[in-house]
Amino acid sequence: MSSHAHTGGSTVHAPMAEPSGFIRKYIFSVDHKVIGIQYFLLALTAVVIGIVLSLLMRFHLVWPNATLPFVSGGQMSQEQYLALVTMHGTIMVFFVLTTAPQGGFGNYFLPIQIGAPDMAFPRLNMLSFWVTFLAFVCIIAAFVVPGGAPISGWTGYTPLSGLGEITGPGEGWGQTLWIVSISLFCLASLLGALNFIATTIDLRAPGMSLMRMPLTVWGWFVTAILGLLAFGVLLAGGILLLLDRSAGTSFFIPAGLVVNDQLQAHSGGSPLLWQHLFWFFGHPEVYIAILPGMGVASHVLSTFARKPVYGYRAMAYAICAIGFLGFMVWGHHMFVSGMSPYSGFAFSVLTMSIGVPSAIKTFNWLGTLWGGKIQFKTPMLFALGFVSLFVSGGLSGLFLAQPAVDNMLHATYYVVAHFHLVMGVAAIFGIFAATYFWFPKMFGKMMNEPLGKIHFWFTFVGAYCIFMPMHFIGIAGGIRRYADASAVAFLARLQPVHQFMTIAAFITGAAQLFFLFNFFYSLKFGPKASKNPWNATTLEWDTDSPPPIDNFGGHYPSVYRGPYEFSVPGAVDDFIPQWQEPAQVARVK
Amino acid sequence: MPSTIITEEIELIHSGKGPGGGDSSGDGGDGGDGDGGRGDSSGATRVPQRAYITGMFIALAGILMFFMAFVSAYIVRKDMPNSAWIPLQVPRILWLNTLILIASSLTLGRAHSRFSAKDEKGFRHWWATTTFLGILFVAGQIIAWRQLAAQGIFLATNPSSSFFYVFTGAHGLHLLGGILALLCVQFGATRKVARGTAIEVVSMYWHFMDGLWVFLFLLLYLGR
Amino acid sequence: MRIRKRNSGSVATPALLSLIIVVMVAITVYVFASNFPWAVRPAPITSVGAEIDHQYDLTLAVAGTVFILSQLGLAFAIFKFRDHGQKAHFTRGSNTLEAIWTTATIVLFLGLGLMGHKAWAEVRFAPPVPDAIQVEVTGNQFVFNFRYPGPDGKFGRLDPKQISASTGNPLGIDANDPTGKDDIVVPTLTVPVNHEVNLLIRSQDVIHNFYVRELRIQQDAMPGMVIPLHFTANTIGQYEVVCTQLCGLGHSRMHSYLNVVSDADYDAFLKQQAAAQ
Repeated sequence: MSSHAHTGGSTVHAPMAEPSGFIRKYIFSVDHKVIGIQYFLLALTAVVIGIVLSLLMRFHLVWPNATLPFVSGGQMSQEQYLALVTMHGTIMVFFVLTTAPQGGFGNYFLPIQIGAPDMAFPRLNMLSFWVTFLAFVCIIAAFVVPGGAPISGWTGYTPLSGLGEITGPGEGWGQTLWIVSISLFCLASLLGALNFIATTIDLRAPGMSLMRMPLTVWGWFVTAILGLLAFGVLLAGGILLLLDRSAGTSFFIPAGLVVNDQLQAHSGGSPLLWQHLFWFFGHPEVYIAILPGMGVASHVLSTFARKPVYGYRAMAYAICAIGFLGFMVWGHHMFVSGMSPYSGFAFSVLTMSIGVPSAIKTFNWLGTLWGGKIQFKTPMLFALGFVSLFVSGGLSGLFLAQPAVDNMLHATYYVVAHFHLVMGVAAIFGIFAATYFWFPKMFGKMMNEPLGKIHFWFTFVGAYCIFMPMHFIGIAGGIRRYADASAVAFLARLQPVHQFMTIAAFITGAAQLFFLFNFFYSLKFGPKASKNPWNATTLEWDTDSPPPIDNFGGHYPSVYRGPYEFSVPGAVDDFIPQWQEPAQVARVK
Repeated sequence: MPSTIITEEIELIHSGKGPGGGDSSGDGGDGGDGDGGRGDSSGATRVPQRAYITGMFIALAGILMFFMAFVSAYIVRKDMPNSAWIPLQVPRILWLNTLILIASSLTLGRAHSRFSAKDEKGFRHWWATTTFLGILFVAGQIIAWRQLAAQGIFLATNPSSSFFYVFTGAHGLHLLGGILALLCVQFGATRKVARGTAIEVVSMYWHFMDGLWVFLFLLLYLGR
Repeated sequence: MRIRKRNSGSVATPALLSLIIVVMVAITVYVFASNFPWAVRPAPITSVGAEIDHQYDLTLAVAGTVFILSQLGLAFAIFKFRDHGQKAHFTRGSNTLEAIWTTATIVLFLGLGLMGHKAWAEVRFAPPVPDAIQVEVTGNQFVFNFRYPGPDGKFGRLDPKQISASTGNPLGIDANDPTGKDDIVVPTLTVPVNHEVNLLIRSQDVIHNFYVRELRIQQDAMPGMVIPLHFTANTIGQYEVVCTQLCGLGHSRMHSYLNVVSDADYDAFLKQQAAAQ
């Protein structure tokens, strides 16, 4: 990986022609910007579905006997609840958190921020999106096939997921579609990762050394490396699981199982093997979900505090460290699984270690704000919220990383609180920050500020109201993935908390309508956006809003400095963009 | 590093510059002048050929992880107590197939050096030989499968046979992709990619698949 | 490009955001410090459980301190450094500060983790004592069954083909094995107080889990494996056993009891069960 530090001016070329026809322009487009928006809209559809599923779950937990009009039989059954659990997790983790930050914003802005006209392999990019779309169709189809959606959780542990319909409703066609959908998603992500990595390595503009890349690019780049090395493993596991289900193999299913009084004809496989394969992917996956958001947070905090990112180098190294360590901690999901306790010890030490680069990032975010000149526009509010939520969610990880304490908290609501705060809220805040920040560039219009602020207040307060109490009921023994609490006496006293969380969830869910309205209304009626409404420094702000087909209109920028030159002493303006030639920078006399 | 290996062979498409074109540091992608006569508005014309090499390295890393998942599953499963594992005797034709695949790598190397020496006829001859050997390998693998089936050993017969079929099946599928790529180069259907780069990239893939097969074969043979 | 004089922003937004963060911290600390029934764990009934609690409390102290300091630091920075017409202070960072807080974090986190391993080792590395009471725990969709070896001290062989809940053989004890004739199979777990018990945890179908909050330990019941888990209960009482690993549509109904009784009551229990065989 060479550093390509160039001098020399930008090169000029004839502007590229736009593709003709609606299909080539908006449907089967190879333009990374169109593809980015397609991913974003896919994620937006998925998140709406995912939120509805979660609201149904929360409703059922508090009013299990209520009659629901669209549910066959009137009342939600145990398996229907578990199907919601499974589909909510699957759709949110894959089709929202792995899609919007990377496929959406990464696709749109990685090439522009490094000064490239497109991704390295545009047709491959298009293929990635449509395979992801196909995967989404498959997972949604699981709702409507005979037996319905699978009930084995987004983690799909075997033998529950490996024996077919006999283990429960939804475990027939539903589970098969789940595996097919995830496998397609893996393929699409591998292709996407390839594109991101090759583009970042080979297509950077003159002067854009690695240490001058915006931290957003670092986030997407390391995320892509994680995806490249992790998704292949899940794909392999998915293929083996499909074979167990339909070809009579026994990779994951031991001998001598009796389900529903029927002896299963399998011979000596290991359910632990599935867990290892799944979590070897699954842990990097959660870092795939958060790293782009960390990059966006750094980027937005710096821009709106008018200060360089504190410790840029440390931040870049921390992203790399989190990515690297992320491959070595998967066993912390398996402390009570029957895995060797010595492995448990090793995984625990490594997991505590991964808290270190995360802490470094938090300190540097605070350092970025310290002494700043903070402007509280909506993107900044979400970035600040990201920091608070990441601290809250990350610290509960300290408990779960220790196997002794995990013995008490495993599979309780404590875990649910932990991963929702980091993924279901902090990462989402990263997506919101990115949306409000880059909407003007992508669509040439400004979003409405007051509506954005209202959206923020409701969501920030609401998220804490929903997920902070979950820690407490977890400590008190609230078990996750329980459709109802009626069979276990000690769960009864947790019901008032469930009610509180459910009400908070409905209000927060409803508040997302502010965002949806703002988004679509501003697309049509928002005030026109200038090239650089935030007075930001990175290359995407050097081109029109929205950018032309080849990103820079035939002119390709060169990069003269790092990405966060704000409030530089001696400069007249409080920012010096990356693309501005040194001679052009207005200096105080 | 990729850029030092193939600097001589980078041909920036549409730039009209010969090998080694572009700026001296090897960075670039801005030597193009638009779509030229291709009529393709994909915007990828400024992709440096080096990106395809990088892309292939990256692809091989991803493919390696995919196979390593199967391999680690195999190793874990084989050593599990009480697991009903019956070691599989690998069909002897696999030795022949392995030799054929290794030979195909040698012929590929020969084709590559013929290309560098600008011997088009020699290149095409050795390249086609490689393709032929590849097809022979796949045929040999299918024969191995049929031999096992004749003995009553199928995918689900025993964990050891399950892994055998998974390894050979996954590898065979990837190799078929490689054969397709060899044919594309043979018949000049490499689209935007300059011929030298396409040859480089397909060679990388093929040698990797060869090495991977030797590794898988040894694993299966030693595990019998 | 002429500089545009920035208006100072309004104070309402930063004030409100800081306030929300401070209130959130206050409420969180308050709930942790109080003893709301929905926020506390029950008293432990083993000494290792007390050690686990101690490690938890230590972690809470560390995590809580970091939580309070960083959230309040964030709230402070948000308010103090809001744009009120000042210039931002330019700095790229400080390598010294990076070194300091990195080292501090490493020491703190790794130290915390290493300290917790004694409790883990006691549960997982130390073998059960030779005279521990052996009880086999079998999970299946959606009940627990507990098997005692009976007076001969040996567990009978199990044969999946002979599983028949309707004829009173839910575990499939092999009728041809004489050592199985005196095995006691019951739906709840009864153990004597202050006597080590070694559970042998297994599953007939999918993954289940055995968890008693008061013991502070849980273990997945992994099909194809028999996993030991030992404990010594020190308080007489009845405690709920739950399954924490998603096992199908009856997951939340899969439930049993741990009865910790006196030695006399335990002997009576065994006699009564033996008579009922």
